[in-house]
Amino acid sequence: MSKITYKTHDDKTHTIDVQNGLTVMEGAIQNDIPGIDADCGGGMSCATCHVYVNEDWLDKLPVKEDGEEDMLDMAFEPKKNSRLSCQLIVSDTLDGLVVNIPSKQG
Amino acid sequence: MNKTDVLIIGAGPTGLFCAHQLGIIGLTCEIVDNLDKAGGQCIELYPDKPIYDIPAIPECTGEELTNNLLKQIKPFNVNFHLNQRVEELKKVENRWHVRTNGNKEFDVASIVIAGGVGSFEPRKFPVKECKKFEGNSLFYAVKDKTIFKDKTISIFGGGDSALDWAIELSNTSKVNLIHRRDGFSGAEASVQKVKALSEQGKINLYTKYQLDCVVGENKINSVKIKHDEGEVKEIKSDYVLGFFGLIMQLGPILDWGLNINKKTVEVNTENFETNINGLFAIGDICSYPGKLKLILSGFHEGALAARGCFKYAKPDEKLRFEFTTTSKAAQERLGIKK
Repeated sequence: MSKITYKTHDDKTHTIDVQNGLTVMEGAIQNDIPGIDADCGGGMSCATCHVYVNEDWLDKLPVKEDGEEDMLDMAFEPKKNSRLSCQLIVSDTLDGLVVNIPSKQG
Repeated sequence: MNKTDVLIIGAGPTGLFCAHQLGIIGLTCEIVDNLDKAGGQCIELYPDKPIYDIPAIPECTGEELTNNLLKQIKPFNVNFHLNQRVEELKKVENRWHVRTNGNKEFDVASIVIAGGVGSFEPRKFPVKECKKFEGNSLFYAVKDKTIFKDKTISIFGGGDSALDWAIELSNTSKVNLIHRRDGFSGAEASVQKVKALSEQGKINLYTKYQLDCVVGENKINSVKIKHDEGEVKEIKSDYVLGFFGLIMQLGPILDWGLNINKKTVEVNTENFETNINGLFAIGDICSYPGKLKLILSGFHEGALAARGCFKYAKPDEKLRFEFTTTSKAAQERLGIKK
């Protein structure tokens, strides 16, 4: 288990214990965190699980695979700290991660 | 009015295989889809990505899967109504009357909703005032390219649509291509072509910029674009084109009185009927305890929903369970000659 904090657009904070091995997207879906749609179910083909990662976490995350940046082109208001939460697999190194959920996914 | 036994909404793999199962048991169907081709997410989101979990097919792409499913239902001569989104359902005695946004009408005994995560719609600019210019000087698809002749066009996006239109329109228009990063997701040959056109001054390329706002009264006069580092540039534009791919929207399905939970339709697992008699839901759009969003689950759901449709289409007949290996009737329907 690792603690992941999801901040929604209206500034509500949800801190959840997510089982290691699940993705940050799955942690949100299973716990009914609003604002993450994950239409394609984790296939890196829809960009509706887009999150902004807190700056101090950026270099601790796994590097983007080919295709993630391409998908982020399609995301709603992508920024430098944008990631697809389906590509972030929860592990001890991500314990305490804070992600911000955009106002919309599309 | 098209009269048939079953209307399938959605031409993804689940809808296509359901058409097969309906055909095998002797029911007719027609298929409506909002996209311009069959295949659903398989063809729109990942035509070239290999899929490894279709039973007995170790590896195939979304496109191959779609083509094989189309081949499998060929004997049933199913009618496709593409570029159509179902807008309205009406119960008329024991039948359903259905109307699409293209004013196609259907009279059917039952309906199978195989709508995936909804219909595909273009993804739009996050900037609010864009809405006001939509369809007048801001577009998410090109219907008539002649309106762009000798005008200044600002194209946003980094995929194939953005690159292809930038190249094409640079022949007759002044083109600005704006993209959020230096890399592009479009085909490498197109990227090279755009870079060459940019060096020749035929395309103005702005990378690491995104739309900040649009300026104009009735029509767009210019756009302001913002660099990653914060710098804002104003560039003259008669037209704006945005190419950010497609997003899925549940749309009118929400208004049909179905039990909807987290963008999915609740069904029973006996025949995948919804809370409304005669309306079935299969594939990614349906939910039930233990639901797996896999294509193979969609196939199973379609097979059972097809049988569920039988009693509505042929209330006076009894459906006998048969195997395609031995059933003469099924083989005749498949056009097998022995």
